[in-house]
Amino acid sequence: MVYYFNRFRRPAIRFAQGKKWGEGMSGEEIKIGIDKELNLKGKICPYTFIETMLTLEEMEPEEVLRVIVDYPPAACEVPQSLKNEGYEILEVRPMNGTDWVIIVKNKEIE
Amino acid sequence: MKFSDEQIHRYSRQMILPGIGGKGQRKLMEAKVLIMGAGGLGSPAAIYLAAAGVGTIGLADFDRVELHNLQRQILHKTDDLGRLKVESGRETVESLNPEVKVQTYSDRIVSANIREIIKGYDLVLDGSDNFPTRFLVNDACYFERKTLISGAILRFDGQLSTFKPHAGGPCYRCLFPEPPPPGMVPSCQEAGVLGAVAGVIGILQANEALKEILGLGESMAGRFLMFNALNLSFHEVKIAKNSNCPLCGENPTIKELIEYLQVCQA
Repeated sequence: MVYYFNRFRRPAIRFAQGKKWGEGMSGEEIKIGIDKELNLKGKICPYTFIETMLTLEEMEPEEVLRVIVDYPPAACEVPQSLKNEGYEILEVRPMNGTDWVIIVKNKEIE
Repeated sequence: MKFSDEQIHRYSRQMILPGIGGKGQRKLMEAKVLIMGAGGLGSPAAIYLAAAGVGTIGLADFDRVELHNLQRQILHKTDDLGRLKVESGRETVESLNPEVKVQTYSDRIVSANIREIIKGYDLVLDGSDNFPTRFLVNDACYFERKTLISGAILRFDGQLSTFKPHAGGPCYRCLFPEPPPPGMVPSCQEAGVLGAVAGVIGILQANEALKEILGLGESMAGRFLMFNALNLSFHEVKIAKNSNCPLCGENPTIKELIEYLQVCQA
């Protein structure tokens, strides 16, 4: 599956990703192969993070997971918690008025 | 094995911890821990291990619940007076977490049955109240190559250590080669204990058991912790493997389990 997204992000989310404002914000569309989707609409923290982590644990190394959340704090907290656990966050952005998309890459082999 | 929503909710506050996650929770759910003594130490240990989702908990105790136990043995309630401690313990553990499988041993633990019981477990918590059992458990754990998390309490004091001679650490006999002579053991009247001291040490035993299962942090193997409730102080000393240990030393004299005579039981 190929997922297209815009690299222009909100400052708060970019901060959570540890990037400075302006960095990588060319606005061009790039594409990333998505290996798995996880719909967490209706779920709140910390279950959003836990279910994301459980899904990643079952995926192959370096596979990419696309997560949809609609609990606003999850858009910041899930990427931050995943980063703390050593996962690479590829993208965080709002999809529409209610949902956010988080794209995360699984760890290399431990 | 996939986690149910209920499991994710139940264990969420530990699954989010660094180093635990789903993999760690699975390790806990597959773990088998034997608790020697469903008393002052075994009670809080069993409760926290059950709450954490340790898959199988063995409870070994031949005693029945008496009124003077209830001051510290929090597995048991007033309604349980006269019941076997392992039965009342099973009920408390299962009502806290029905996912835990509880195996009970209500026969006296002796040299003839201990190795067979210990075989089926990954690690052993010693919360027994007498020296003969303590030495028997240590020797059996050594012969079966099981990690032993040992706790002891008296009056306002507690002690804790982990023994893994199979992984290079000392065993209980490296510290105490033989049981103390009967005159050195406090008489039954002297052997009071503050209930909360049992709680502190029993919970630390559960803490160390969880760490051993998860492979997290610094093991208490080779370390000996002393707790005093009145000063609220913790002291730690390093302990080394004793090359003259009669059990795990270079020229061991103990080749099989020894049954010591029990003089008095508090």
